[in-house]
Amino acid sequence: MATLLRQLAHLTWLETKIFVREPLGVFGSVAVPVLLFLVVGRIAGGSADAAATAPEASGGSPRGDLAFLQTDLPLFAAILITLSAVLSLVTIIAIYREGGILRRLRATPVRPPTILLAHVLVKLAFTAATLALLVLAGRRFYPVGVDAPLLSFTLALVIATWSLLSIGFVIAGIVPTARFAQPLGALILYPMIPLSGLFTPIDTLPPALEALARLLPLTYAVSLLRGIWTGETWWAHAGDVVALGVVFALATAVASRVFRWE
Amino acid sequence: MRADHVVEVDALRKAYGRTVAVADVSFTVRRGEIFGLIGPNGAGKTTTLECVEGLRAADAGRIAVLGLDPIRDRRALQLRIGVQLQEAQLQKRIKVWEAVAFWRSLYPAPADGDSLLGQLGLDQKRNAWFMTLSGGQKQRLFIALALVNDPEVVFLDELTTGLDPQARRAIWDLVRGIRERGKTVVLTTHLMEEAERLCDRVAILDRARIVDIDTPAALVARHCPQRTVVVATDFDAAAARFRALPTATSVRSDGRRHEIAGRGDALVTDVIRTISEHAMPVAEFRTELPNLEDVFLTLTGRSIRA
Repeated sequence: MATLLRQLAHLTWLETKIFVREPLGVFGSVAVPVLLFLVVGRIAGGSADAAATAPEASGGSPRGDLAFLQTDLPLFAAILITLSAVLSLVTIIAIYREGGILRRLRATPVRPPTILLAHVLVKLAFTAATLALLVLAGRRFYPVGVDAPLLSFTLALVIATWSLLSIGFVIAGIVPTARFAQPLGALILYPMIPLSGLFTPIDTLPPALEALARLLPLTYAVSLLRGIWTGETWWAHAGDVVALGVVFALATAVASRVFRWE
Repeated sequence: MRADHVVEVDALRKAYGRTVAVADVSFTVRRGEIFGLIGPNGAGKTTTLECVEGLRAADAGRIAVLGLDPIRDRRALQLRIGVQLQEAQLQKRIKVWEAVAFWRSLYPAPADGDSLLGQLGLDQKRNAWFMTLSGGQKQRLFIALALVNDPEVVFLDELTTGLDPQARRAIWDLVRGIRERGKTVVLTTHLMEEAERLCDRVAILDRARIVDIDTPAALVARHCPQRTVVVATDFDAAAARFRALPTATSVRSDGRRHEIAGRGDALVTDVIRTISEHAMPVAEFRTELPNLEDVFLTLTGRSIRA
């Protein structure tokens, strides 16, 4: 056990260093989301500010802008960052498989789950760093104070990310080559967004789509994240946590069957 | 299992679907030798090696490496063998020292990383990213990784494929160095010159089967005993003198140049004696010896390059 943890720590640190060396690695996964967040926040924040100072003069819907800033934008950022972490994991595993890196590692005493876990930890670390920066950026630049339970939200995000990453393993198990990994992963993951309830509540969807939405793991991730962000109790979202746990268990079981090392 | 038998393979069989990659392959590797599995691409060399390394499960047959079963005792065996895989890569941006350090962390009693890099001529490249290494440097790094646990047996799969002749020779010296440190080496190659220069014994594989096993010299002597001596001389009766030799089986002459074919080393001696007895003025003298390529051609009726 001590050996396993030592190997995991070593490999996680090694993969972190390697990821930082990627030309677009840190910039793409940390800087771009933060910058985007700031730009969007500035634009929406400006109009929300104006609406807040002159409520009677505003003919629009200041409530809508405020809600967007306070809830939707942070949620949207969290979901997108999580999904891009999943995509990046899928791509890395596909590249490692195609390049024979997994095959080479399999000929050593390192246990396969250690390799995958190291990548998950790197992704989680960078996701957490990005979100921490987002929160700081929000605190610093946002005209409106966001009063969210950050600790609980982080925990909810870890649960959601873990569950979505397990889907990444299934995708990584079935993509034939590294070239297909990114597009195929995007094709599976991104269509979940409009159905997840992120923009429109799922009970306003047509019944067929609503039924489909209830099958998608992202729906439960959004429900859990939104609920915790807006201060609802964990108890109210126990169902979401269970659903995400079931997804994790199922996807891990499927992944361990379909996963190929070469 | 005899004490000096490091690898024993008995009636190994492996198929992928309907394609039989290895059919009834048996061989033994002795402690301290460089043993080569040779043959054209697709002959079953890599499949055989990967079954021995425990990376693939055989369909039938028995394999023992250091007395262990490669699949059942995989964990125990991994600590005692070193492996270099065909066409493997590492992370593009991993540094040479980082790869060695990580590999060392996987074994309980690893070899010294710095001296390993020094022995393989990589000390100048310690901080280089894997992607910036030349083909020869990458292969040297893979040899370093295969040696990191101070293994008793080292498996090298198509080690020099794609390297230029100079890099290839440097790698050969390194492999001889591994044997000199008392380790056993099992390698595959489709380069007959490599097998001839490097291997103590070779098994020739063709179409999933072993055709013959022996030292390169013994294989040549057994299957291609013919020698050809080419002599150019202005001596008038040279052709008649050479034809009179009991060891010569055929002589082709175009007046001045004679190709004398026969069997065994005695032919060469006889030709030299004849030249000297008649004080022939010699402008050219060359002996042509068959090599493993000729052996392969004789045994299979096909050129190994085809």
